[in-house]
Amino acid sequence: MELLIFYMFAIVSVAFAIFMIVARKPVSSAISLIGVMFCLAVFYVLLNAHLIAALQILVYAGAIMVLFLFVIMLLNLREKQGAISYHRTALQLAGVAVFCALLVPFMSMVTIPGTSGGAGVSADFGTTAGVGKLLYTDFLLPFEIASILLLAALVGAVALTKLKMK
Amino acid sequence: MITLPDLVETVVKIAFILGLTIGFYAPIIGWIERKQSAVMQDRIGGNRAAILGFTVIGLFHSLADAIKLIFKEDFVPRGAETALHRLAPVISVVPALIAFAVIPFGGTYNLWGHETRLVIADLDVGVLYVFAIASLATYGVVIAGWASNNNWSLLGALRAAAQMFSYEVAMGLTIIGLVMFYQSLSLVEIVDKQENFYHWGIIWHFPAFILFLTCAIAENKRIPFDTPEAESELVAGYFTEYSGMKFIMFWTAEFLEIVTISALCVTLFFGGHQIPFVTVSGLIDFLGFLGPNGANAAAMLIGVAVFIIKLTLLIMLQMSIRWTLPRFRYDQVMKLGWKMILPASLIWIFLVGAGILTGVMPAV
Repeated sequence: MELLIFYMFAIVSVAFAIFMIVARKPVSSAISLIGVMFCLAVFYVLLNAHLIAALQILVYAGAIMVLFLFVIMLLNLREKQGAISYHRTALQLAGVAVFCALLVPFMSMVTIPGTSGGAGVSADFGTTAGVGKLLYTDFLLPFEIASILLLAALVGAVALTKLKMK
Repeated sequence: MITLPDLVETVVKIAFILGLTIGFYAPIIGWIERKQSAVMQDRIGGNRAAILGFTVIGLFHSLADAIKLIFKEDFVPRGAETALHRLAPVISVVPALIAFAVIPFGGTYNLWGHETRLVIADLDVGVLYVFAIASLATYGVVIAGWASNNNWSLLGALRAAAQMFSYEVAMGLTIIGLVMFYQSLSLVEIVDKQENFYHWGIIWHFPAFILFLTCAIAENKRIPFDTPEAESELVAGYFTEYSGMKFIMFWTAEFLEIVTISALCVTLFFGGHQIPFVTVSGLIDFLGFLGPNGANAAAMLIGVAVFIIKLTLLIMLQMSIRWTLPRFRYDQVMKLGWKMILPASLIWIFLVGAGILTGVMPAV
């Protein structure tokens, strides 16, 4: 059952990803990217990480992609100009395919501890409480550093736009 | 593994929620909007639609609307992105509907040996799920405005994107205090913890309720926050180029969002299906003379009825706000969101934290 869902969404997400690259309209690309984000959320749910799945939709699909669309609309980007270069698209796709093919042997070499056979996963794995506890105990320092980085980026962005206004 | 009774139970629950929202509330809210506004403005309101001379205080107007809109020409403007233009109304209806999946509309009842919890999905991340789904509602509006190939639509969509995005942030923050208080993101758990009337959200989090309701109305783009469709500036904003059934889908989406917001308010602040000073088990004991199954069934009906009554009252509250206030200017809307509601909710989070630490707020 889970495997079936996984393959279904895996195919859909790859299709969306390919369409995102080859689409000629920026809006279509953005919408395909939203589709990819959704499929990723489904994968998180399949991996028992419900909190991450909800955050994936909330932050990426719900907020960041809305800003993407907002910018596309604000600049009123319509269709890409010029003739379609099938040649180039085919080359791009071939490049991606070769890269993926190269990745396959590496995938079998790497084993992530605690993921084999689903053993070693505790009951509160992926729950809000479980993730929260980890973030505020074992990973407190990285968490705080990340938040300060984000704050700096935020202040920097505001400062840059204010500078331009003057 | 999913068993057959569980499957049947879930299908029945989904059917009930769909019937309640699309079948009952969507047309009824259209009627309430007409009649309540008429009462508030000292008019009579719609009373002409009749079947065999019966008008049923204007109720048939919703039916007449539906029939009229089904037979209207479905118009796609020239130069529009046809596929996206068709997709947009669907995208705006769906989020309003599926947000209901995590809202509990009753307690736990034991019917003929089968334990039933009246919620479609008890998610560990219930509150986050609702916000995630609500944030998707933006797409329907944005895509509608973009795909219409009309400047008014595009302007409306831009306003809507900015406004909904801003208020989403503030709306999320208004709820944090409540989550700290109940120590859970699961809506089912939050409702269960409100079995004690003195732990209701509205009693300890009244400022959060006001902030949340304001943000929710802004998120739903209703007056006084309807700048995306301001008819005096933008014709009809993002749905200028929509007619017939597609137009009514935007309408339905707005009504469904009213219901969803009210349901969320009921769940977070007004104890869901809980009756003040009465526990679910106490109610079942009180109804014991009906036999174990009868008592559970009766308690279930009472719980659902209480939930629907609270829901309806909150919907009427939102309606009266809509007919009381004039539309804000666009810059006022943004200022209110970022400079007033956002800091206010941050202050409220701080106060709740202090309250919990010092023991002023009870541990629930």
